[in-house]
Amino acid sequence: MLLNQFLLLAAVLFCIGVYGVISRRNGVLVLMSIELILNSVNINLVAFSAMTGAVSGQVFALFVIAVAAAEVGVGLAIVLAIFRTHRTVDLDDVDLMKG
Amino acid sequence: MLAHAWIIPLIPALAFLLILGIGKKLPRGGSEIGIASVAICFVLALAVAAGWIGRVNNPPEASGSHGAEVEHVDEGPASGSEGEAEPADEEHGAPAAGLAEGQTAAPLTPAAPAAPAAEEEGAEAEEHHATDPVVRNITWFQNGGVEIKVGTLVDGLSAVLLVVVTLISLLVHVFSTDYVAGDRRYTHYFAFLSLFTSSMLFFVLAENTLQMLVGWELVGLCSFALIGHWWEEKPNSDAALKAFLTNRVGDVGLLCGVIILYFAAGQTFDTVAINTMANEGEIRHFLLLVASLSLLTAVMSKSGQFILHTWLPDAMAGPTPVSALIHAATMVVAGVFLIARLYGVFFNGLSIGTSNINAMALIGAVTLLFGAFLAFVQSDIKKVLAYSTVSQLGYMVMALGVGAWTAAIFHLFTHAIFKACLFLGSGSLAHHIHSFDMKKDMGGLRKVMPKTFWTFMIGTAALVAIPPFAGFWSKDEILAGAQQLGGDGGYPVMLVMGTLGAACTGAYMTRAIWYVFFGERRGASATHDMHENGPRITVPLIILAGLAIVAGFTNVPDTGALSWVPEDLALRFEHFVEPTAGYFPGELPSFSHPEFNIVLALVSTLVGLAGVAGAYLWYWKGLGPHGLTERNRFARAGYRVLENKYGLDILYTDVIAGSTKGPIARGVYWFNQNVIDGLVNLVGTSARSAGTWVYQRIDQGVVDTVVNSSGSAAEGSGEVLRKAQTGKVQAYGAYLFLGAAVLAAIFVVIAS
Amino acid sequence: MAGLLLAAAANADAPVLVAQNVAFGLIAAMMVFSAVRLVTTDNVVHAAAYLVMVLGGAAAQFILLGAEFIAITQVLVYIGAIVVLFLFGIMLTKAPMKGTEKLSRDNWLLGSLTSLVLLALLGFALLDGFGGDKLPADLAPTDTRAVSDSIFGTYLVPFEVISLLLLAALIGAIVIARRD
Repeated sequence: MLLNQFLLLAAVLFCIGVYGVISRRNGVLVLMSIELILNSVNINLVAFSAMTGAVSGQVFALFVIAVAAAEVGVGLAIVLAIFRTHRTVDLDDVDLMKG
Repeated sequence: MLAHAWIIPLIPALAFLLILGIGKKLPRGGSEIGIASVAICFVLALAVAAGWIGRVNNPPEASGSHGAEVEHVDEGPASGSEGEAEPADEEHGAPAAGLAEGQTAAPLTPAAPAAPAAEEEGAEAEEHHATDPVVRNITWFQNGGVEIKVGTLVDGLSAVLLVVVTLISLLVHVFSTDYVAGDRRYTHYFAFLSLFTSSMLFFVLAENTLQMLVGWELVGLCSFALIGHWWEEKPNSDAALKAFLTNRVGDVGLLCGVIILYFAAGQTFDTVAINTMANEGEIRHFLLLVASLSLLTAVMSKSGQFILHTWLPDAMAGPTPVSALIHAATMVVAGVFLIARLYGVFFNGLSIGTSNINAMALIGAVTLLFGAFLAFVQSDIKKVLAYSTVSQLGYMVMALGVGAWTAAIFHLFTHAIFKACLFLGSGSLAHHIHSFDMKKDMGGLRKVMPKTFWTFMIGTAALVAIPPFAGFWSKDEILAGAQQLGGDGGYPVMLVMGTLGAACTGAYMTRAIWYVFFGERRGASATHDMHENGPRITVPLIILAGLAIVAGFTNVPDTGALSWVPEDLALRFEHFVEPTAGYFPGELPSFSHPEFNIVLALVSTLVGLAGVAGAYLWYWKGLGPHGLTERNRFARAGYRVLENKYGLDILYTDVIAGSTKGPIARGVYWFNQNVIDGLVNLVGTSARSAGTWVYQRIDQGVVDTVVNSSGSAAEGSGEVLRKAQTGKVQAYGAYLFLGAAVLAAIFVVIAS
Repeated sequence: MAGLLLAAAANADAPVLVAQNVAFGLIAAMMVFSAVRLVTTDNVVHAAAYLVMVLGGAAAQFILLGAEFIAITQVLVYIGAIVVLFLFGIMLTKAPMKGTEKLSRDNWLLGSLTSLVLLALLGFALLDGFGGDKLPADLAPTDTRAVSDSIFGTYLVPFEVISLLLLAALIGAIVIARRD
């Protein structure tokens, strides 16, 4: 197996995630896209770990999973808070920073 | 015990955690833990002192010419203990070398006539210079080949401070159980007292400068927390902030000094090594000068030296026992301790041994005099004592500045005792009326509070340096040092200022006593039922007063007019406390001890008594030009200057702090109004005359178009740019990703 | 995109590992398809289902790479916990179940432009940098003991920090989401 096939898969997933983050209106879906991005990072880490034989990559993948869990928790809490104040999770309606 | 001194700071640190954790649940709110821990520490400190005395009397191994054996216990972490034995040996090869050199260098009392006593003392000094400090350290961490150690250094200086800190802390703990009884943060108070005790002990036992820095900051933190103990009242939290921020100024100096010394001494924080190198001229004089000036800034802030002393009187906003412990007896002498610990650096950096004036002596002298002046105009008894502390700290720094090392530490020792006595006395006075205003709320208290009165009187006598109370011996030694040490002819300016300071001390203390204990009872004390406090307040006072009487005899000189004092009783303090190791500049021929001068002693005592007498005549007999400040413009102006504390607070808050906001803004506004507008107006007026001329020649429409289009261009571009601020987070995200992609693309192109 | 990956897999001149390569190609194709549907579907619950498929695919890839512990953690944490959390989030925000409301923004153009630029860049950089690097042929599953030794030895402090971070996130989520 080539190293690159995993890296390219990760790159594709990353870009799809970026697309999702930019173009989705629903806050929950944006968070899901962020999960995609984090997962592509994990694939990279594990692939490099397999490539070099060092176990550190896997350890960091575990850390990323933990951070992702934390991020989802806080992110969904924020989405809930927005939903309570705005009665919507549409990020287009949340534009208090509009100039 | 000497090698196990690390236990001493550990006990109150554990007590701090215990009090915080379970203090509230205990019947006495945690104070019992604090008292027990400090009592244990006191006993251990006495054991350390006894151990040190034994070590000086019977040095563990006679110092041969190839270096003293140092009881150097070096403990690495379990893994790396073998590798460390070697550096440890090297480390101590240096002081030993200094020692060998020092023994050939010679007479220690140059001014002394060749009296047998002096000879003997010289010999004795020679002998006990062989005692090296007990150093014990472990590797804290390693980084880039540099080992940072942490450990303890026990010598006479640490031992005396251990005893002083634990003794005063113990008495203050006992005093506080009554004084702050029922306080809303009783447990918190005792927890911080324990933390403070622990930090201060850690500081005095510090083996390297980095550790000193840690201890220095810790005591500052505790000071902050305890000044602001009643933070609900705005002035208290303001005072705490002021103390903290003023100390930050000095901390920068300390940090700079530590870093300079670290690199100058070949990447070591070890105080012994730094002092040794400084003494042997291995560090360039310029670096030593810069380092000692930086450290002096730190001393000025922590030990309340003139111009950075302003926080100390305000710090009296804290509870009175805290003032006694932290802001009179222990923490504020941290600066003095710092100088004493790194004396090799200061001694050589400021050329103390060979000059007749230097920055440190000057700062000390100015502080002692100006602080004493300020004490005259205070109506708050704690402020009087605070300025008195500033003044006495000035004496200590001046003593160090003139080279009278032992005198400074001796004064530190006696001052800690009698000033703690005075502060606790003022707390005892105010305990019932909750006011420290002696003009308004006190007066005539000597009958109702006899124990407080007598202990306060003893403390005052010690402060005013009336023989044979403690202060006399130490202050006299300082003045003798100013008279006799230095390059040639002593330090005449310092001598005069010190003597004047003695007169002021006598006068302001007499004034305070008049207001507090004599005359009619006024204000709160008249309406309130005043009576003597309970034993938990009076017993510490009596103990401290007793010590204030006898503490001075620990260093009775045996030269000059006092040569009849048996040798075994004389100069015990100097004998045991003076650093006896090779790293101390005492090895240099230029460093010496002043001898007792009966004339000077008499004169300074008489001057002090003259101050007392002057104040007595003024207040008791009503003599002298009363009401001078109302009649005389100059006197009024002087009074105003003192009342405004030389305007330093105004300088700091309004000028220096304010300049970062107000004046700069005003300056910019002025610049805008006068310079830019002036320019614009100038351009305008000249343009108008030109314009009327141009108006006829150039088509008005062209100009108008240009003007209008520039205006609309600005508006239009603003309108366009405004659209970019959509407030839509995802659009920002897209820009972020695009920007990152472009940047990465550039890198890829460059790299490939 | 899947075709590209399949081609890459087919081009690999490692005949022994055909089975792995085929497995990789199938899983990768499934993952990419699910990911694309995840960001384009108009049904939020479907999106969550697609997310499960992508995450499960990633777990399978981890097994291919010999990282079994990570794969199991991925399944447990992501699919077991995070997706459930998402479903809670969907239900609590009463997101529309059907495509009654557009879930994508009008300027999907900006998004696709950005991601395509990124993809081109990443693809170029990866092909340029790791062109023919092969994974070791004898890719044995990593000993979980080695992973745990590393976590509780070398990375003990980061591990503790992560645990603190999780605690902070927990408290923060409660504070943000509570009703008052």
